[in-house]
Amino acid sequence: MTAALSVDSLWKIFGARADKIIGTPDAELSRADLKARTNCVVGVKDVSFEVAPGEVFVVMGLSGSGKSTLVRLLTRLIEPTSGTISLNGMDITSASASQLRDVRRTQVSMVFQHFGLLPHRQVIDNVAYGLEVRGVAKKERRAKAAEIVELVGLQGYEKSYPDQLSGGMQQRVGLARALAGDPEMLLFDEPFSALDPLIRRDMQNEVIRLHRELGKTMVFITHDLAEALKLGDRIMILRDGEIVQIGTPDEVVAQPADDYVKDFVSEVPKAHVLTLKWVMREPRAGEPMDGPALPVSTIVRQAARAAIASDAPIRVMDGDTLVGVVDEEDIMRVVVAEEDVT
Amino acid sequence: MTATISPSPTPKPVEPGAPPPAEEQTSISRWIPAAVILAAWVVVWYFTNGTQTLALPGTSRTDLHDRLTEFQNELLAGRATNPVMQFTNAIADALRSAVEWLQRMVVLPNFPRPVPEIGWLGVVALATYVGLVVASWRIALLVAASFLSFGVLGYWEDSLDLLIITGISVVLAVVIGLPLAVLIGTNRRANQVVTPFLDFMQTMPTFVYLLPIVLFFGIGPSAAVVSTLIYALPPLIRIAGFGIREVSATTVEATDSAGQTYWQRLFKVQVPMARKTIIVGLNQTTLAALSMATLAAFVNGPGLGKPVLAGLRINDVGTAFVPGALIVVMAVMLDRATTAASERAEKVARGGGGDPRVRRGLIIGGGVATLVAIYLSRTYVGLAEFPAYSIGDRVASAVSDGVDWFTGTFGGATEWIKDLITNQFLNRTQALLADSPWWLAFVALAALALVFGGVRALVSTVVCLAGIWYFDLWHDAMITLNMTLVATVLVMVLALVFGVWMARDRRVDLGLRPLLDAGQTIPPFVYLIPVLALFGPSRFTAITAGIVYAAPAAIKLVADGVKGVSPTTIEAGRSTGQTTWQEITKVQLPMARGSLVLATNQGLLYVLAMTVIGGLVGAGALGYDVVYGFARSEAWGKGLAAGITIVLLGVMLDRITRAAADVRRDDGPGPRRAFHLRLPIGPPNN
Repeated sequence: MTAALSVDSLWKIFGARADKIIGTPDAELSRADLKARTNCVVGVKDVSFEVAPGEVFVVMGLSGSGKSTLVRLLTRLIEPTSGTISLNGMDITSASASQLRDVRRTQVSMVFQHFGLLPHRQVIDNVAYGLEVRGVAKKERRAKAAEIVELVGLQGYEKSYPDQLSGGMQQRVGLARALAGDPEMLLFDEPFSALDPLIRRDMQNEVIRLHRELGKTMVFITHDLAEALKLGDRIMILRDGEIVQIGTPDEVVAQPADDYVKDFVSEVPKAHVLTLKWVMREPRAGEPMDGPALPVSTIVRQAARAAIASDAPIRVMDGDTLVGVVDEEDIMRVVVAEEDVT
Repeated sequence: MTATISPSPTPKPVEPGAPPPAEEQTSISRWIPAAVILAAWVVVWYFTNGTQTLALPGTSRTDLHDRLTEFQNELLAGRATNPVMQFTNAIADALRSAVEWLQRMVVLPNFPRPVPEIGWLGVVALATYVGLVVASWRIALLVAASFLSFGVLGYWEDSLDLLIITGISVVLAVVIGLPLAVLIGTNRRANQVVTPFLDFMQTMPTFVYLLPIVLFFGIGPSAAVVSTLIYALPPLIRIAGFGIREVSATTVEATDSAGQTYWQRLFKVQVPMARKTIIVGLNQTTLAALSMATLAAFVNGPGLGKPVLAGLRINDVGTAFVPGALIVVMAVMLDRATTAASERAEKVARGGGGDPRVRRGLIIGGGVATLVAIYLSRTYVGLAEFPAYSIGDRVASAVSDGVDWFTGTFGGATEWIKDLITNQFLNRTQALLADSPWWLAFVALAALALVFGGVRALVSTVVCLAGIWYFDLWHDAMITLNMTLVATVLVMVLALVFGVWMARDRRVDLGLRPLLDAGQTIPPFVYLIPVLALFGPSRFTAITAGIVYAAPAAIKLVADGVKGVSPTTIEAGRSTGQTTWQEITKVQLPMARGSLVLATNQGLLYVLAMTVIGGLVGAGALGYDVVYGFARSEAWGKGLAAGITIVLLGVMLDRITRAAADVRRDDGPGPRRAFHLRLPIGPPNN
């Protein structure tokens, strides 16, 4: 199966004659040193990764880590300095202006942190904008937009203007606009950072629902670890434009690649993220082996009740094979470890 | 005629670990060297005053001036063969025939008809209908009343002539200006190239480009349209360009990500989102055009400026009053109509604007009524030629009597004020500036520029002063500079008092702002009339007119700047227990510094422009030289030299204040951004 998106040694350096830097020893300098030496700033540094069709791929990092630059490079809203990007096997980096426009019109849509809605247009026409620039007739595009408006739960607000809606509703419009063109891939640039915590949770659930219903490939940028863990099939952590770690949520929490990531995940309630894979152990001699059986992908928190209820350790199964056991004490260790931190 | 401060680089965030920046000098310390320079100037002046002042009597000329006149004569003689002159003459012919065609339509008899194609009733109906369609019935009433007042007060033809000149200029400004606005709004490099030109066009006092325009475009309607166009173009380009540039980058990016083309972005995103600002630009351009079209009376441009000028020339306030008042009426009408049209466009775009069927009926019915009115006005002479009323003359003589009575009764008081300011203030500083030997004033001014604006200001000042010296009008230039400086000081006193008061008290703001807006809408020419009535022809009259002209802009800038101070900072200050006086002097004014410098900059240039116009009412010096150059063909060269000297003065003052603003610590984007938006008449948010 080909990757939906594949990025190979992608660089973005801002500044005059940035393209001359790559391949020289200067490229290995830290961001601050390079700035001092050449007055250029590294946005994205030698990044490579692949996203599978239907996957939710989260890019996480603090502000200035290059994550927003990265997502803009994917459809060349910002021109890359070097490297290749291919979407479903098509080379984006060498695409002509009209090919690129076509990609943006039909294959990839984007949702923005500050919505980017057109204040002079009603919701329905904002949603239909992508279809409009494609040249779809008014009647048809409005009908399609009306469907999408309903899909994101905005029915009744078609004739409203963006400034009459709350932030959460405006972002629903942004989401609907991205969905209206029926793209294969959605890019989210910190879409919920500007929203209240409660609204943000609603919107995250909305994305999860839409992903389940529509199965689109998603690249999701965030600085919020909880959001990354909640949504991501895999998470890529960036620092100063460089990849620090790529992994599934439980991998990132259980095996942080370095102190930077460790610091990041230190406050995550581990029992909510880790699966039994990370806490199980070999059975000790003489342990009763008649405890309840749970799959290896069970979240620790969900296993806690069973572990407490049973005298015998839980048997952790991968399919039909026994891969280890977990008892009450092992689970308590995860929970208590968290309390030590806080 | 207004000015901006060039953008300064925004302070970069300090990289972690970088050494702390060197401590900056506080601005207060700059007053100490300035005082030292002034003291030294006075000491040297005491021993040398009256020598080497380069004074040139009002009617005498130098060789340089005669050479300039000679140059003009040669150009005129070679008119038939010089390609540039042929080109400008062709443009002039086209403009003249356009104006004349419109005049035959609505003002002048269209031979063989004894009357124009459309008589007064048709014109009034048409204008009212336009008001109804673009705005509302209220505006339609205002338009009808304004047009009727033009006729009833006896200035029907002059009023329509003024509207024709204004209208053609605005149409040309839109045709030329909007594409340029799109260019500078979407292309950073184009913006960098065009902005200095706009700066220069707006720094030049209106009066100055009339002389060269006459040379290339002749006198009359063509010169009127060209000068009006030059004056009216920058606000549209600048404001509309600004509006397009300020369209939310996120929205542009978001719509780009939907795969739009360049033209889709322009017409579906950038222009609609900037529409409101573009219309503000159009409003400003229209009002600027009206004020310049009035001044074009100097180059024999048709319109209401002519009777005003005639009245001012013979110091007859009564005669100038009625057409002056009609200019104000026209300005208010155009301002309200364009503003209301933009509000209506906004409302319609938002799905408002009333029941479309009722509206359609209104438009069709109004259209039919208008056509009937036009038909009637073509058929009956009484509806074609505006009947003569004596009311205008009666108003004029009543005003004359009133002025006579006023000056007879209160003459003592106005004389007293005039003498006080003239003797205590104006004459003393003038003695220092103009009676110093030229080299002393030169060195002292350059040193002051260095203190306030740094090396950049020093260089511009030296270049400008050298130019002024070269054009042989040093003494006159110093007198004009003195009047400008004194008037600006007074403007800033007004601006600080009223600006701070407005910013601190909402009710004062609500009460004063409409008056200031109205003051900014009125063409500068008109200010001369009442001031002349009060004080008679003198330098003081010109200064007062300048103050009246410049104060509204300066007051509003200060008020907005002080109001823009972050409420959090004020709250934090209050929590330390500061007094009101401390709050104003230690928090609000220092934080609004950018606006104060901008207000000073604008005040200087407005006042300078007005002291030139003041040449008509006894300002003397450079203003008089320009007027004299218009009047006498052999003095053309001197007039041109005076015009160039005025430009050099303006550039010098502009550069010094700009540099002074850049020297100051950064005070946030708000006021600084205002510097990019040089508005000749009013800020875009009114």
